[in-house]
Amino acid sequence: MKEKQSGLQTAAAQAAKKQGNPLGELINKLYIFFDNKKNRYGAVLVVTAVLLYLPMVTSMYFMEVMTNIWFHVIVCLGLNIIVGFAGLLSLGYAAFFAVGAYTTGILILHYGVSFWLTLPVSVLMAVIAGLAIGGPTLRLRSDYLAIVTLGFGEITRLAARNMQITGRATGLVGIDRPALFGMALYKINHYYYAFFILAFLAIFISYRLQDSRLGRAWKCIREDEDAAEAMGINVVAVRLYAFIIGSVFGAIAGSFMAVKMTAISPESFLFTQSVMILLAVVLGGMGKIPGVILGAFAVVAFPEVFRGIGQYRMLIFGVVLLIIMIYRPQGLWPERDT
Amino acid sequence: MILDVKDLTLRFGGLTAVNRVSFGIEEGSIESLIGPNGAGKTSVFNCLTGFYKPQEGEVLFQGTSVLRQKPHKITTMGMARTFQNLRLFKNLTVMENVMSGMHCRTSAGAAAAVLRSPAQRAEENRIREVAIECMEFVGILDKKDRTAKNLPYGDQRRVEWARALATQPKLLLLDEPAAGLNYDEKERLIELIRRIRDERKITVFLIEHDMGLVMKISEQIFVLDYGVKIAEGTAQEVKNNPKVIEAYLGKEEEAV
Repeated sequence: MKEKQSGLQTAAAQAAKKQGNPLGELINKLYIFFDNKKNRYGAVLVVTAVLLYLPMVTSMYFMEVMTNIWFHVIVCLGLNIIVGFAGLLSLGYAAFFAVGAYTTGILILHYGVSFWLTLPVSVLMAVIAGLAIGGPTLRLRSDYLAIVTLGFGEITRLAARNMQITGRATGLVGIDRPALFGMALYKINHYYYAFFILAFLAIFISYRLQDSRLGRAWKCIREDEDAAEAMGINVVAVRLYAFIIGSVFGAIAGSFMAVKMTAISPESFLFTQSVMILLAVVLGGMGKIPGVILGAFAVVAFPEVFRGIGQYRMLIFGVVLLIIMIYRPQGLWPERDT
Repeated sequence: MILDVKDLTLRFGGLTAVNRVSFGIEEGSIESLIGPNGAGKTSVFNCLTGFYKPQEGEVLFQGTSVLRQKPHKITTMGMARTFQNLRLFKNLTVMENVMSGMHCRTSAGAAAAVLRSPAQRAEENRIREVAIECMEFVGILDKKDRTAKNLPYGDQRRVEWARALATQPKLLLLDEPAAGLNYDEKERLIELIRRIRDERKITVFLIEHDMGLVMKISEQIFVLDYGVKIAEGTAQEVKNNPKVIEAYLGKEEEAV
């Protein structure tokens, strides 16, 4: 481990020297700083403490926005597994949190099931949906998958709009709030903490997967499908894994969304939702976990910060995105120079 | 025979790229496939490794048919390959590239990765050990943390060899390993191929354009022209075969 670090350090230091650009040097220095386990865990501890303390001192509006950010962090990291790690273009990701939200909503509203028991069912439904969509299409090239997922997203929404059990266009209203150890979860702060814990878990799981045999296989396929196959990687199976794990992230977030909002309707799962999530992943930097978190922050915070200028904010948002994509097509998050 | 090819035929529509080609590779040998450009050499490789599905023939690897098997299954059975044009995972580090070779020799799934179970950790350590050993073998260990695309061409070639060795093959197929290498690098390649066979007991089968290299190391040479095998034998035999001379230099009447 020690030997690995020193190797990285010298490589990074050399690269910085060669470059002679102050920003690049700073980035490399930061990377070296966080290579140290103590520094890394210390930083995580400080940030976590601040985020846990936040609800005590801020407004309800701020908490709503922050909770929305955590929700986006979870779904963006889920989509990042599909798009960023495995390199599969999915345009209907909102359908997966629709699956989770409706599963939980229906079970609570129509069958009186406890919220916590709906979670495993929600996961199961996401796995089934993932298999149904991914199974036949993951053999094909990524372009076809984009079209199929786009269709799946719309079909899911339209099915929810027309089926009795999903409450048609009105959706599901009056979903009971869950309780944890006898304490009813109804305040925004409760959901802030719930989504924060989920986001923390999502980040943790993403890192663990990234640095594993499976994570490396995903990246190999993303880089060169034929070479990955020649290395003995079962491309179809490994892709399916990514697709299903990504779907499960979405479904869990959707289940929690259902009880936070207490009402869900087909309009909560529009195509634009899927696009916003994809946008966050691309903006932050596909496959880079901190970048994706940054992207999730950006797509939620930007429209909030510029709420004052009314409708023009989306126009400005669009222009800003365009400029970023022209100058940093690899996403905002800077990479170590190796 | 570690590899036995019988009447292999591959057609692309009306074009017969490989026409009833038969040959056998002796276990523990270094053998080569040569031929003019477009003779069908890479097509033969692609048939052996499962990337192309030949219409007719039989390919037996260690006595088992690998015809129409998926490429990843064939690699798992112990046949590794490199590509004519480098096919590295460009944005990954050298270490990650080589570690990918161990994928087919390991089994940890998503749950093990998230929980980081003792078995998963032991497996990760083993993957690292094998990768480091393979990088050391080809002499690329000092660059293990570099991004593959940032390396000079000769080093990128070595990464590809290390990656193929990390799959722990019995038979290694090298598609034009000397392409783009300078004289020194070619000399080291010859030494490396010998070491792969002698130290690691891996049978080597290569496609190569550099005749000097082929003649130096091959114990047996097969010559392909227009998808048909026109000769086989030792370097000396092949060199003096009139059919081979004709394939490379043209007929005498034409030369006039």
